[in-house]
Amino acid sequence: MRSRIQSKLQSAELWQAFIIAVPYIWLLIFFLIPFFIVLKISFAEYILASPPFSKLFRLADTGAMYMTLIFDNFVYLWEDDLYLNTYLNSLQISITSTILCLLVGYPIAYGIARATPTAKKILLLMVILPFWTSFLLRVYAWIGLLADQGTINNFLIWIGIIDEPIKMLYTDFAVYVGIVYTYLPFMILPLFASIEKLDMTLHEAAADLGSRPFTTFRTITIPLTMPGIIAGSLLVFIPATGEFVIPDLLGGGNVLMIGKVLYSEFNSNQDWPIASAVAVVLLILLVVPMMIYQKYQAKESSGE
Amino acid sequence: MSFKKSPFTFSLLCFGFAFLYIPIFLLMFYSFNYSKVVPVWGGFSVRWYVELFQSEEIWSAVGLSLQIAIMNATFATMLGALAGIAMARIKRFRGRTLFSGMISAPLVMPEVITGLSLLLLFITMAEIIGWPSRGITTITIAHITFSLAYVAVIVQSRLVGVDESLEEAALDLGAKPYRVLIDVTVPLLAPALAAGWLLAFTLSLDDLVIASFVSGPGANTLPMLIYSRVKLGLKPDVNALATIIILIVAIGVCVAGWILSRQEKQRMADMQMAEAEKYDFSDEPQSSR
Repeated sequence: MRSRIQSKLQSAELWQAFIIAVPYIWLLIFFLIPFFIVLKISFAEYILASPPFSKLFRLADTGAMYMTLIFDNFVYLWEDDLYLNTYLNSLQISITSTILCLLVGYPIAYGIARATPTAKKILLLMVILPFWTSFLLRVYAWIGLLADQGTINNFLIWIGIIDEPIKMLYTDFAVYVGIVYTYLPFMILPLFASIEKLDMTLHEAAADLGSRPFTTFRTITIPLTMPGIIAGSLLVFIPATGEFVIPDLLGGGNVLMIGKVLYSEFNSNQDWPIASAVAVVLLILLVVPMMIYQKYQAKESSGE
Repeated sequence: MSFKKSPFTFSLLCFGFAFLYIPIFLLMFYSFNYSKVVPVWGGFSVRWYVELFQSEEIWSAVGLSLQIAIMNATFATMLGALAGIAMARIKRFRGRTLFSGMISAPLVMPEVITGLSLLLLFITMAEIIGWPSRGITTITIAHITFSLAYVAVIVQSRLVGVDESLEEAALDLGAKPYRVLIDVTVPLLAPALAAGWLLAFTLSLDDLVIASFVSGPGANTLPMLIYSRVKLGLKPDVNALATIIILIVAIGVCVAGWILSRQEKQRMADMQMAEAEKYDFSDEPQSSR
């Protein structure tokens, strides 16, 4: 009897180990190890060969293995103004767009959270639906709106506000619009979740005690919905910093962002060590926001 | 809808949804434009749709993308479900923090980093073990890796909301652990698995950046094809293609949402019925529905 229980316990343990191990090993191989390869190549040297980088580990004649770390790539990134400016510009663009996204998303999330249950369901579906449709095509849609001969300019000229088209496509403005537009659902959903939890009696109490609506909003609503604000902002800020498609299609050659530089270093210039170094620095910039987000995600999904 | 209390909120909502939807509708509208220049209206026409259906290039890209999306969704759902179950049901194991980090990081990781790192991995692997060759296999593996994280999050949040006692009862009654998974946990998870499969499917169909990094010669997915055309400027046939894709996705999501919510209602009703039967000791056996 005892051995039966034991064997049963053992099989349960084996089973648990299987459930954990399969996805764990997959993620180790295809998610974690690749970063170490990127790190490794960022310390290599660009050479004309295939693959185009020097080897880090070499066997000496004595049989000992030695390693050469070349910091040139990072020094180059630091010294070349182009890269420094591109990093700063990416951060500036993604921070500005995150704030804009928050300003647009908060009222929408608030409106949905305060709607009737049926309306709430429909409105939420309407927020999620664009997220399911192609990202690339949603960015493409804005080319037609923002172009010199685009819908917005044609409309403004037609109603007589302007005489000649305003330049919107291939400017920072176009990139802001693109990021806010495509990332808006990511902002609205966490905001909605925390606004919905809000206890409305607090507002009534504040109003009864003579607080004006704006003061109530500033001192009660905002602090209590802070988890949603932080989660939504991180969900926009982190991917937007490394964004490639939006600055490429809407920013053209005029807007420098690091995702675009990385892409062209790798694909056009074939300089893998520099591309890897660019990725490593980008990852270092984003690691703190990512850890904050991870903490939030862990708390949220464990149902606390 | 009761927005009477605050016309201010109502107008904000209207502006918000106008912002979300007008660009998509305009995109669809111009797909019926006869003119070759997108924003100049040249009369109603379906010529771009006709051209689209005659393009061999597009059909082969669609085929490749669908093939990858289906394989990806299936594998990502299986792996993601295991990961979600592990996170929700096994409270303590070695390396749990790293595991939860590896599940939530792909959700926000900039695509260029994921793409670059996976390509470098594939090249290193090909050098050492001679596998995989770049193309459909590498794109599928890359897609599974980020999709499984989305599935895991969906499954995990669903399981947190489901009572653990059902699975425990089955175990106590002598069911083997894998039977519990198949007979109890998976049916409980069905809506989450369906949602996860659909999400993984669309994420794969939608991905441009990662696929362009890890793809090999000749393997052009639909987003890659669209991108190369868009780079050359506005193209009415891209508008037509976009209209078709958006309509299919919108209809698919709505139908799936409707079916899922109906099943959910059915399940709730069944549960209530079961609850009621538990306390019903009358002789007449209750009909189950």
